[in-house]
Amino acid sequence: MSGASGFRTRLVALTRKEVRQLLRDRSNLFVGLLLPLALILLFGYGLSFDVKDAPVAIVLEDRSPTAQEAIAGIGGSPYLVPVWPASMAEAVVLMRAKKVEAIVRVPVDFSQRRGAGDARIQLIVNGADATTASSIEGYVNGAIQTPSRHAADRSGGPSGGGVTLVQRTWFNEAGNSTWYLVPGLLVLVMTLIGAFLTSLLIAREWERGTLESLFVTPVRPIELVLSKLAPYLVIGAIDMSVCLISARFLFEVPIRGSLVVIIIASLLYLIVALLLGLFISGATRNQFAASQMALLASFMPAMMLSGFVFDLRNVPVVIQVISQLLPATHFMELVKSLFLAGTIWPMVLKDCAILTLYAVLLAFLTGRMLRKRLD
Amino acid sequence: MMAEFLAWLAQTFALVRKEILALIKDPANRTILFAPALMQALLFGYGATYDLTHVPYAVVDQSRSAASTELLARLDGTGVFKREATLASNAQIGGLIDSGKALLVISIPSDFEHRLTVGDAAPIQIILDGRNSSTAGAAAGQIGSIVADYGASLGGSPPITMERRAWYNPNLETRWTLMPAMIAALSFMQTLLLSALSVAREREQGTFDQLLVTPLTPMQILIGKAVPSIMVGLIQSTIILLIIRFWFQIPMNGSYWLLNLGLVSFTAAGVGVGLSISALSVTMQQAMLYTFLLIMPLMLLSGMLTPVRNMPQILQVITYVNPLRFGIDMVRRIYLEGAGFTDIAFDFVPMLVVAAITLPLAAWLFRHRLA
Amino acid sequence: MSEADASVVIEGLRKRFEAPDGKPFDAIDDISLTVRAGELTAFVGPDGAGKTTLMRMMAGLLRPDDGSLQVLGIDVRADPQAVQNRISYMPQRFGLYEDLSVQENLDLYADLHGVPQEVRRERFGRMLEMTDMARFTDRPAGKLSGGMKQKLGLACTLVRSPDLLLLDEPSVGVDPLSRRDLWKILDQLIADEQLSVIVSTAYMDEAERCAQIFVLNRGKVLADDAPDTLREKADGLTYVADALPDAPARTLQARLIDAPDRIVDAVPKGGDVHFIRRPECEEAALGDLLSGTRFEPREAKLEDAFMLLLREHEGEAASGNDMATADLPPSGEKEAGRSGNDQEAPAIVVRDLVRKFGDFTAVASTSFDVRRGEIFGLLGPNGAGKTTTFRMLCGLLPATSGHLEVAGLDLRTARAKARGRIGYVSQKFALYGNLSVRENLEFFAGAYGLRGAHARERVKAVIAQFTLDQAAQSGILPVGYKQRLAMAAGLLHEPDILFLDEPTSGIDPLARRAFWRTITSLAQAGVTVIVTTHFMEEAEYCDRIAIQDAGEMLALGTPAEVRAQAGETASDMNEAFIAIVEQGRARHTDKKAAA
Repeated sequence: MSGASGFRTRLVALTRKEVRQLLRDRSNLFVGLLLPLALILLFGYGLSFDVKDAPVAIVLEDRSPTAQEAIAGIGGSPYLVPVWPASMAEAVVLMRAKKVEAIVRVPVDFSQRRGAGDARIQLIVNGADATTASSIEGYVNGAIQTPSRHAADRSGGPSGGGVTLVQRTWFNEAGNSTWYLVPGLLVLVMTLIGAFLTSLLIAREWERGTLESLFVTPVRPIELVLSKLAPYLVIGAIDMSVCLISARFLFEVPIRGSLVVIIIASLLYLIVALLLGLFISGATRNQFAASQMALLASFMPAMMLSGFVFDLRNVPVVIQVISQLLPATHFMELVKSLFLAGTIWPMVLKDCAILTLYAVLLAFLTGRMLRKRLD
Repeated sequence: MMAEFLAWLAQTFALVRKEILALIKDPANRTILFAPALMQALLFGYGATYDLTHVPYAVVDQSRSAASTELLARLDGTGVFKREATLASNAQIGGLIDSGKALLVISIPSDFEHRLTVGDAAPIQIILDGRNSSTAGAAAGQIGSIVADYGASLGGSPPITMERRAWYNPNLETRWTLMPAMIAALSFMQTLLLSALSVAREREQGTFDQLLVTPLTPMQILIGKAVPSIMVGLIQSTIILLIIRFWFQIPMNGSYWLLNLGLVSFTAAGVGVGLSISALSVTMQQAMLYTFLLIMPLMLLSGMLTPVRNMPQILQVITYVNPLRFGIDMVRRIYLEGAGFTDIAFDFVPMLVVAAITLPLAAWLFRHRLA
Repeated sequence: MSEADASVVIEGLRKRFEAPDGKPFDAIDDISLTVRAGELTAFVGPDGAGKTTLMRMMAGLLRPDDGSLQVLGIDVRADPQAVQNRISYMPQRFGLYEDLSVQENLDLYADLHGVPQEVRRERFGRMLEMTDMARFTDRPAGKLSGGMKQKLGLACTLVRSPDLLLLDEPSVGVDPLSRRDLWKILDQLIADEQLSVIVSTAYMDEAERCAQIFVLNRGKVLADDAPDTLREKADGLTYVADALPDAPARTLQARLIDAPDRIVDAVPKGGDVHFIRRPECEEAALGDLLSGTRFEPREAKLEDAFMLLLREHEGEAASGNDMATADLPPSGEKEAGRSGNDQEAPAIVVRDLVRKFGDFTAVASTSFDVRRGEIFGLLGPNGAGKTTTFRMLCGLLPATSGHLEVAGLDLRTARAKARGRIGYVSQKFALYGNLSVRENLEFFAGAYGLRGAHARERVKAVIAQFTLDQAAQSGILPVGYKQRLAMAAGLLHEPDILFLDEPTSGIDPLARRAFWRTITSLAQAGVTVIVTTHFMEEAEYCDRIAIQDAGEMLALGTPAEVRAQAGETASDMNEAFIAIVEQGRARHTDKKAAA
């Protein structure tokens, strides 16, 4: 049989086999399609860094109008809900019992010192959740400074001047965390689909002994790799579409870059993720080790080290280097920009080149794992 | 009676011993069970932080005055803000932010100093890269306070000074918040998968039948399967704990024993879930996929990354069946807050309920799945 | 012989593996051989002889360490793919995709071999007809019985006519009917297509069908001849002896096999005992072994020659491959456990046992008793309901209806207790692969409630009894040793009843002899043994056998009674079995036709 037509026939036959196996054991299909949906809903609705309605205990030891006015902003803040304990001791009890997230204490000498221009308000937050604590600090600060400035304006004191800050946030004007979580979700979904669905494929065939008879046929290693890739690429592409559609229409995240580039980059990354799963599968030859590896190599790194939630600018150089080794990091950078910023060609080309490199490398390595030898 | 119990115990011990041996005899298994906990703890300890340490920024200083220089010097003095470029015009801002070279650009208009001297409001503009909104927000906040300080130094309206005191984490470092959660979260994933694969693997290899024809009762098999997984979980937790305590030097305020008690109940709940998955699955593939399907929501709804408080009401209710939520809460409170048993007694309830349902369910399924 | 006539030419071939203890050993040790084309060739040899390694090297799956290996004139090492394009290979596990249907498996392999559509229709039709699987094309391969899987595996390798067909132990775990069918197919293909076939096997009747036999042991070729030439090696050494009066044939067989200095081999057969004397031992010297009975020479068979060769080679190698008999009770004496105690409560009582899976009746109303100390054989084709019956007896599967009593305990009410009294050796010798022999045994000792000194003593005892290496890792033991370990684990707690599910499948004749020697001495000691097997000659060791097919009991009685039921034509157990199953199936078809 001639090389090319044999290749095609075998590839089609093997792919058909993979598709059938995929459809027979529904768990793969079920997880492949359900997991992204669950993640989309969780990310879109469940996860938020944005504090809202945080209960804050206000202890007014100074009940003067000045003091009342100083903290009036807290009641008006959309993020904070004031609670009014009678004393500091009571507030501490509330705080310990997690009934309030912070205590704002206006000391007895507040109005007195305010006159002297040296007023202080004490804020106690729970550092056990540093992120929430920081947010609350910001909100309380904002709520207190705003009316104090108003008061100063009204009193005709020294005002008007001073530096003011005009802040403009590009790409995500409202600072909405959903806007950056949802594009990251695409990365996460592709990573998980890749690792989970393919990481057992080769290991299972080793364990069941089916590879041995497959090897003694005209089949080539690359055909095995491609046939195991194709069906899952379709599932991944479906998941990708679901992610994109829900990002755009459900969560109304803008897609400022080229949709075509997003799709191409996603497919490229999907291939890398699927090949990574296959590589793990071929390297371990054992389902137990393969599944543990897949779990370790996919979810947590993609979530923690790819710049998904934690900005890589803040981490030590070593970690930056490690994160640069993850394909997810490059896709993450690219996808966030494509969604929120637009098509930045140098970045697109650089990241796509890196992903292509990974794909080729992993395909080669996986092919070597399947090089038709038992020893 | 006593003799019978001892015999029962000896039988169970034989199984526990076999399970442990089967788990750790393979060097690859040993590596896969213990090395990742260590590596992840280190990686995430450094990698998972919201704290700004390096904010590259650029300046368009059209004022080129003493005032603007003074303000920028204050910014550079923080050690966090690193000036990457000084731009000639606003037109150059776009490229710099797009490429990610600068997180923000400060634009100071030419009349900045003049306005300050005449007592007008002197606006300066900052343009932030919002692709990561939390970093952008935090950077804006810091610049805001630096600018406010500068304003105050010029003798503007004295602001109300806010003295912030943070309990348990004086500098509000995110690492302190996140790493104790890792004690529970990292070990949870692997133990869940470990227990989920345990029975499925024996089914696939045919050894489970051999186990079922011995006089071992389902309860004993359950203990035999659960104990090694729980031990692996506890060892992983301990590894992570040690790294947090001694490498990252995050002070531990609570009782080590209480923490372990909590971790045992937490891991037992996780293992119960895992074993139930395992008993339901026919193949390892199914066990693995169902575990993965479950792990994701459990992690995301655990309060590890985003507080449970921020979630919609309905999801908050759902988190009650998530042992990880209470595990993380418990560890954080014991580790950071030094909570005593009475403070966190409530956390035990959902975890124990989950364990009390899933463990017997798994034991029942061992025998009844077969037919 | 010219190169063109040879399908495989091997010169000084060597393959080295690393033993679990890190020492290298030669699985194939400087072998040179030539396999003729257009013929059926057999590799026979005990476990660990190197048959599978050799097959895998020919298929290009393993790289030789030394020597040259030419398959179909191609150097396999240089271009394995070229060989793989032209040969077909069926590994021991058949290599079927269990979640794909019969047709889908066939299509897959046809596509991979590039069989054109027009050829395919004809070929598939023929394959399905020959394998009698046309009715099952939609059935998933995983739902087929062992025999059907084997036939499908063969069909998949024969989707096109290969230049060389390699079959690695194709009949392991397959019943006699399926085995017969398999050989019919092979015979036909060899006749029609001048197919070159190399088959490795543990069945001598299969080897007998081949034109050329290579006897392998420990990586070396012991003999290379046509079956008839090979058989001559045992000429004049083979005898048949009457069983001892008032004792089953196996009593005399045990006595003979326990005298390895004079006897090469002994097996019970048709109520008599067939044995081979050592060449250096004169006939006259056999007298005391055979006192009280009559013996006469018989014609040598291939198996006799094989046993002779192996014993000679093993003798040279001075190995401890044999199961030690030190701990076995002396043979030939009156069987202590079982004489005249028919009144005693039976060890197993089965009454009207039924098991259904949905609409499918796996076991239909079955009743039988097994006496204490009896060896009871449960025979039947693959998928006959044997395994289901077995699983119910062991308490692994609840019965749909009926009464089951094991060791005097009702399985419905006292399952856990009953389990303490039985030992179970499953088909797959399911042990924990990454634990050592000792660790496996210690675990099962603990699981059966043995403790302290007693447990240590028992572990030591079974390790000695089965000559196991306590430090070896169980997962990489040769099959024969895995089986011994499984037996050892099943006997640790000295059970009253021992269940053995195809304990000799895939085991070579030498190990099978040793295995049955253990079984007969256990029965002598009063242990009840229930055993399933596909080696019909092993039924001769049983006190009584039952033949099951399609969930129904077709025959029940002593081997002699069952042979009698089969009728005149059945000369041995194999034929008797086939006759009874076919009669049963004919009756079934008649009934259906009548209804």
